[in-house]
Amino acid sequence: MDNHSAEQLRVYDRYLRRKRAALLVVFVTAALSALYAVGVGSISIPLGEVVRVLLGGGEAVARTAIWNIRLPRVAAAVLVGAALASAGAVMQCVLQNPLASASTLGVSQGAAFGAAVGIVVFGGGVVNSASATTAITIQNPYIITLCAFFFGSLSTAAVIAISQLKRDVGPSGLVLAGVALSSLFSGGSTILQYFADDTKLGAIVFWTFGNLGSTNWRELGILAAVLLASLGYFLFNRWNYNAMETGADAARSLGVNTRSVMLLSMGICSLLSAVAVSFVGIISFVGLVAPHIMRRFVGSDYRYLIPCSAAAGALLLILADTFGRSVMAPVVLPIGALTSFLGAPMFLFLLFKGGKAHG
Amino acid sequence: MVKVENITYTYPHSSREILREVGFDLPAGECAAVLGNNGAGKSTLLKCIDRILPARGGRVTVDGADMSALSGRELAQKIAYVPQSARAADMTVFDAVLLGRRPYIRWDVGEEDRRIAGAILRQMGLSGYELRSVAELSGGEAQKVLLARALAQQPRLLLLDEPTSSLDLRSQHHVLQTVRDVAREQRLSVVTVLHDLNLAIRYCDKFLFLQDAEVYAYGGLEVMTPEIIEAVYGVHVHIIEHHGLPVIVPFPEVGQGEDAKSSKS
Repeated sequence: MDNHSAEQLRVYDRYLRRKRAALLVVFVTAALSALYAVGVGSISIPLGEVVRVLLGGGEAVARTAIWNIRLPRVAAAVLVGAALASAGAVMQCVLQNPLASASTLGVSQGAAFGAAVGIVVFGGGVVNSASATTAITIQNPYIITLCAFFFGSLSTAAVIAISQLKRDVGPSGLVLAGVALSSLFSGGSTILQYFADDTKLGAIVFWTFGNLGSTNWRELGILAAVLLASLGYFLFNRWNYNAMETGADAARSLGVNTRSVMLLSMGICSLLSAVAVSFVGIISFVGLVAPHIMRRFVGSDYRYLIPCSAAAGALLLILADTFGRSVMAPVVLPIGALTSFLGAPMFLFLLFKGGKAHG
Repeated sequence: MVKVENITYTYPHSSREILREVGFDLPAGECAAVLGNNGAGKSTLLKCIDRILPARGGRVTVDGADMSALSGRELAQKIAYVPQSARAADMTVFDAVLLGRRPYIRWDVGEEDRRIAGAILRQMGLSGYELRSVAELSGGEAQKVLLARALAQQPRLLLLDEPTSSLDLRSQHHVLQTVRDVAREQRLSVVTVLHDLNLAIRYCDKFLFLQDAEVYAYGGLEVMTPEIIEAVYGVHVHIIEHHGLPVIVPFPEVGQGEDAKSSKS
């Protein structure tokens, strides 16, 4: 019997090691891609020099380019990708909906509308910057972040209300509700744009494109703090999410307070998405695609799916941004458009596969 | 010893009572079958006992301890529930059973939790299935995994909602036999919703007939009479004996049943 037991646990440990290996592979790939991405641009910087600069050495030109322009951009890709993807994985679980993500449920569009309200109505300061890299900077991002969070949460609340009141709505139905909310908020943004002056107009349009190049270190610090706190909460709840994968009644009988876990998780997901959107604009589909790719490798096991999705989201956004910066250089393609090209086919695939259980 | 007292339940925004003052006692190690027509409130009763649905009034005590005073986590250490149709999640059998340790986990599963999950898998005859995906199992195997998960909670009361509904004949008997063996060995009380009266007779010690939201009859084999069954199900039955156990033979056409009855009397 003891031999059996030891063998059983050995088999299980081997299986866990495979999942850890998958996690390690995406993390290392994301880290290497980030290093490579820092080197790519109008001046190409070799990898060795990138590493030297990051360690505090290197030439002055490379140092300026890396610390002021390249690294904030790559860091934004990493943080935003990780934020949207981990939020997507958690939303898919707590709503029991494989099509859920910030952009498919209208949370991103709500947040973008909120950002527009912050700029136009509350005068979230917009000034023309003298810097060559960004024509427009946002002076007071906090009122904008706050408005983005408020309207993103409105979308979230609407989605939760629909999923609770009309339980037979199904995955596609909930996404249709997301489409309706997106249209509503896009309409709102359009009206605000129509009445905004040129400077403000520029600032609003920027949200609908998605732009990784305009974040500063302070904003990245805020995003990193929110991301770390959220990941901590998500990981603390990983066993609850695993239990919820087996259905609400089963989870409740395992002692999970499904209602509070769902509401808190959705609240945190909407905060995380809203912060990301308020700094870099709408970046669609990363939150949908990254978790689904990782489900192929680690299943719906949230112990591994959450960190893997975060790393995969970061990797996807680094790759998309590097592609966007280099394919038509010096023209930089908007990141939001690129992720949509990547994500839309995947979304259609998931839709036509039927609302069937997760990948 | 499990004591269920005066459970009453109405759906929110409705005045119709699904359960009215339902109560029963069940000694440790015994298995009670909840019987009755569709819509009699059988599944609702299980959900109310496990606080998945909020009962209006009533009390559940296990070994003298009032369950309403416990947190969700503590309750899950006392009462385990296997729903009628669980979503086949994309996870391995071992992980699915390990989930039963959720009520004991603060941050992560420990060596002890894994050992318990492994032992229960072997006990359920699922050795070698550890890394199979639950979604790929047959109905009988999946039901056993759900049962194993519930047992991993190390409960004092096990609630099963139609554990045999999607199983073939062999699996039905295997699952219920396992439940009964475990109940006897671990002095575990079991309450199970069943549709098949003959399965109930064979594997359960007590029978709870629900009708129109109330307990119509509760007791041992003495309540398994043609009169009670006819009153609860509206079907005339004969009870014959086979190898010392009563076997229920239904005569579904009411007219025919009446004839048979009158010609006998």
